Amino acid sequence: MIADSFQGYQRADGSVGVRNLVAVIPTCGCAQHAAARIASLVDGAALLNYTGGCGETEGDIALATDLLAQYARHPNVIGTLVVSLGCETLNAHLLAEKAGKGTAPVELLTIQELGGTARTVTRGVELAHQMRRRAERLNRVACPVASLTIGLECGGSDATSGMAANPAMGAFSDLMVAQGARVVLAETSELLGAEHIMLDRAANPAVARELMETVQSCERWLKATGEDFMGKQPSPGNVRGGISTVEEKALGDVLKGGHSPFVQVLKYGQRATVAGLSFMDTPGNDPASVTGLVAAGCQVVTFTTGRGNPMGNAIAPVVKVTGNARTWARMGSDIDLDASTIISGQESVEEVGERLYELVLRVSSGMPSIAETLGHEEFSMLRLGPIY
Amino acid sequence: MSNTLVIHPGDSVGVALHDLQAGAEVEPTCDHVTGVVTRQAIPFGHKVALVSIRDGEQIIKYGASIGVAEGDIAPGEHVHVHNLRSVRGAAQ
Repeated sequence: MIADSFQGYQRADGSVGVRNLVAVIPTCGCAQHAAARIASLVDGAALLNYTGGCGETEGDIALATDLLAQYARHPNVIGTLVVSLGCETLNAHLLAEKAGKGTAPVELLTIQELGGTARTVTRGVELAHQMRRRAERLNRVACPVASLTIGLECGGSDATSGMAANPAMGAFSDLMVAQGARVVLAETSELLGAEHIMLDRAANPAVARELMETVQSCERWLKATGEDFMGKQPSPGNVRGGISTVEEKALGDVLKGGHSPFVQVLKYGQRATVAGLSFMDTPGNDPASVTGLVAAGCQVVTFTTGRGNPMGNAIAPVVKVTGNARTWARMGSDIDLDASTIISGQESVEEVGERLYELVLRVSSGMPSIAETLGHEEFSMLRLGPIY
Repeated sequence: MSNTLVIHPGDSVGVALHDLQAGAEVEPTCDHVTGVVTRQAIPFGHKVALVSIRDGEQIIKYGASIGVAEGDIAPGEHVHVHNLRSVRGAAQ
């Protein structure tokens, strides 16, 4: 019997959080130190390590403003501090305004107005503590699995990813979709060669067209760099692990999405709104891709890794799965679930998919993922243009 | 006990389930491939040709093309970046 609920935090707007975190957002690299100090001094405060915000293109500034505001409105976030220097290109007031459209409080701290690093840190710590104290009064209640949005990611792939961990994640994804949850596949450059499988499963002609345009635009951009794709996709580690071409990697990667139809195509960081399996246009670069998936509203990200990848995310638990028994033996201290039992014949793909489903519900109910226990707080935004 | 995974019945390559020595008999997870012997060592997770593949021919895994052969490939040969080339994303 598959569980249809977990213990989450019900928010005023109807969304459900799995964590109660204070997001601390520097609006430029020059405000990064003060923001990092605040986050390090408050339990439950998470730094969004954004280093752009100045000398960037309008496109990048707009992308960052929207994405950072999405983090502030994320159900796992119970309050946000925007830490601004005061002279940067990114409009911190606009960011605070967009961030404040959610249900959680947002405070803007401007270093040049407050009078320097020390005063900003003192004030920021005080505000973050207040936010956390309010959160301590919140209790977990039974919430439907349908209130979850789950990211599907892979990194440090090898041949076992396509043989075990990705098919198991596909079975997990199908279970989530059956419950009415939103599930988001990503990493466009890692799907060149598997688009025919996605197109066959597009829920309607509009989704099929958007999928095709997304993949074609990615491939045009890759060709325009004039560089050989080898060494990037697949990466040197992928190649040592037995993956020879991006097509081979893609055919293994696409298995993470299971068998559901694709119902929505999302731009980088766009909120997933339709129940079922969506696709988000992200780079294959893992921290940048996971950062986009969490902006989409993913409360939890599941992550397969053949060679072993330790990463997490600033505000969302990342649950990692390997299909490689050697990696599980060597680096199991960074990985939550062993799927190599599929290759050894001890378990079926469906059985491991169910184990992952149960684990994700436990993590959603408050059990820390291994990346959280180890203190991982990765945040890395896609950058579109040059830096001036 | 099989030592080579054949993911899809139409695949022209299999995946080594253990480190295979040169000269090892390929014992696949399907019954339509017989008599293939490895021509080189095949590391765990790497691919071995199950059939003769001609220069320029598509190589099939997961029932789909994973690129084209560079040079003729004999059954039992290691198939990897030295004799398999992507046709996607590369500079033109």
